[in-house]
Amino acid sequence: MGDGPPSIWEWIGRNWDTGRVDSIKSLLTDHLTMSFVPILLALLVALPLGLACVRWRWLYQPTSGLMNVVYALPSLPVFMLLISVTGLSQATVIIPLTFYGMAVLIPAVVDGLNSVPDHVRQSAVAMGFTPLRRLLLVELPIAAPVVLAGLRVVAVSSISLVSVGALIGQGGLGGLFTRAYQNPFLPPVIVGIVLIVALALIADGLLVLAQRLLTPWVRARKGAAA
Amino acid sequence: MITFESVTKRYPDGTVAVDRLSLEAPTGEITVLVGPSGCGKTTSLRMINRMIDATEGRILLDGEPVQGIDPPTLRRGIGYVIQQAGLFPHRKIVDNVATVPYLLGWDRKKARGRAMELLERVGLDPALARRYPFQLSGGQQQRVGVARALAADPPVLLMDEPFSAVDPIVRTNLQDELLRLQSELNKTIVFVTHDIDEAIKLGDRVAVLRVGGTLAQVADPKTLLSEPADDFVREFLGHDRGIRRLQFVSTEALRLRTDLTVPEGGAGGASGEPWLLVVTGDGRPVGWRSGERPGELEPYGTFVHGRDSMRTALDAALLSPSGCAVAVDEEGRVVGVATRRALDEALAEAADG
Ligand SMILES: Nc1ncnc2c1ncn2[C@@H]1O[C@H](COP(=O)(O)OP(=O)(O)O)[C@@H](O)[C@H]1O
Ligand SMILES: [Mg+2]
Repeated sequence: MGDGPPSIWEWIGRNWDTGRVDSIKSLLTDHLTMSFVPILLALLVALPLGLACVRWRWLYQPTSGLMNVVYALPSLPVFMLLISVTGLSQATVIIPLTFYGMAVLIPAVVDGLNSVPDHVRQSAVAMGFTPLRRLLLVELPIAAPVVLAGLRVVAVSSISLVSVGALIGQGGLGGLFTRAYQNPFLPPVIVGIVLIVALALIADGLLVLAQRLLTPWVRARKGAAA
Repeated sequence: MITFESVTKRYPDGTVAVDRLSLEAPTGEITVLVGPSGCGKTTSLRMINRMIDATEGRILLDGEPVQGIDPPTLRRGIGYVIQQAGLFPHRKIVDNVATVPYLLGWDRKKARGRAMELLERVGLDPALARRYPFQLSGGQQQRVGVARALAADPPVLLMDEPFSAVDPIVRTNLQDELLRLQSELNKTIVFVTHDIDEAIKLGDRVAVLRVGGTLAQVADPKTLLSEPADDFVREFLGHDRGIRRLQFVSTEALRLRTDLTVPEGGAGGASGEPWLLVVTGDGRPVGWRSGERPGELEPYGTFVHGRDSMRTALDAALLSPSGCAVAVDEEGRVVGVATRRALDEALAEAADG
């Protein structure tokens, strides 16, 4: 047994934390960074842009058109193009993923804000809300369920898409797949897939939890409908 | 007091929604703006709290031009109720009602206490406080809307067709409730409706607007019904204007006969009168006994003498084959009978003005 291929557990044990950049732990950290930074950036950009698209309706068509084009671009050539600007750094992965996230989140923010009934907005005005307070206390909370639904899509797809970056040496856990490609040995592949799926499930679960905590009124409504 | 001084609103597309409107809504009274759809009622109302700014003219709130007041500040002092209630779907009922107190910076506990007090005041079960708006019926949501508008105790209340979207029975309840509240609170209320019956029921003063946003007539309901200013107002008031006017004629002067009652189980009927009213020992009506069929009792209708209107008295008379209306006091005890003759005389009197 001693000279056969190592079992998956042995392999994990040996590669978990070697202090090298290709240890599982270090790949996992990279993966987390490269998937969560784009989610956060996309949300930070989509919120004001979405607001602007609702405020100035003519902005929405061009913005969503552009975003759809970006979304349609295959990721690999985009990485290649970006290399000439950002080199083989994490930014090369983070930038396109941010745009993909925006392509989903801008429409979500716009739809969410449009889901605020006009009479609700009017009555907020009539009661003396200033525009900023109305946005923060009335419009965004009512838009939250739609935005959070978009965020779930973005989180899962972002976590899974990071691995494509492995082709330029920046794929986080995706790095485990390229290694297997060179050397048909299964444990790294299995570990990579399990970890990525687990990350996606955990992120999604956290967002569902946030949904329940932030929008209890939606759950109450669903309960009433059932 | 709210004063419109020759106010005009011209929308950017050129539509003149309100045309040189001059009007006063006196303090502590309900002023109703009524007119067909598109005649500028909503626009007029929203110019008061500056959700829309007037193009020309001025609106004064107790003598102070609203144009000079910062809109959010102005609005926090003016309650506003609309047709769809406009409740916040993401907030519990109690927090919906406490909205303006929160905006005014009251502490949470005080604001919620006030909200609970108001829910009770508008006739809602305090248990509803922890629900969300969609869990309430349309009528309940409207009550919450009224409670919310009253939360910070504003002196002025603007109501834009608040009861138009609920069914007729609920609407009648809400109207009665509003009148009861107003008798306690004495707010300055501007109430918008397209329903002339609602206008006449609720208004201390009724302003009739015509399309194009001009004022056709402003008067108290009785004057409006008896002296419509022109054909437009006459037509808008509808055909049974004469009957409806009777609701403003008191039964105080109605002549009553007290010799037409007989005690329950007693003999009577020898008086030669065709109908006699059978009354219990403590003075409550039981039914009419006819001379022809003394064994059967026929239905009767009552009105409270001096409090109810001639319209109610006439209605009571029409409900009974005797053709007479039974006058009762506030406790429901018979005080007399209004015969057809007496009703006739009173109607002739009313028709004269
Ligand atoms: N924002 C607007 N722009 C242009 N025209 C408007 C606007 N709002 C209302 N109007 C027009 O002004 C008139 C009065 O409207 P409104 O005050 O809503 O009437 P009402 O409440 O009596 O039905 C209508 O002809 C309506 O079409
Ligand atoms: Mg209107």
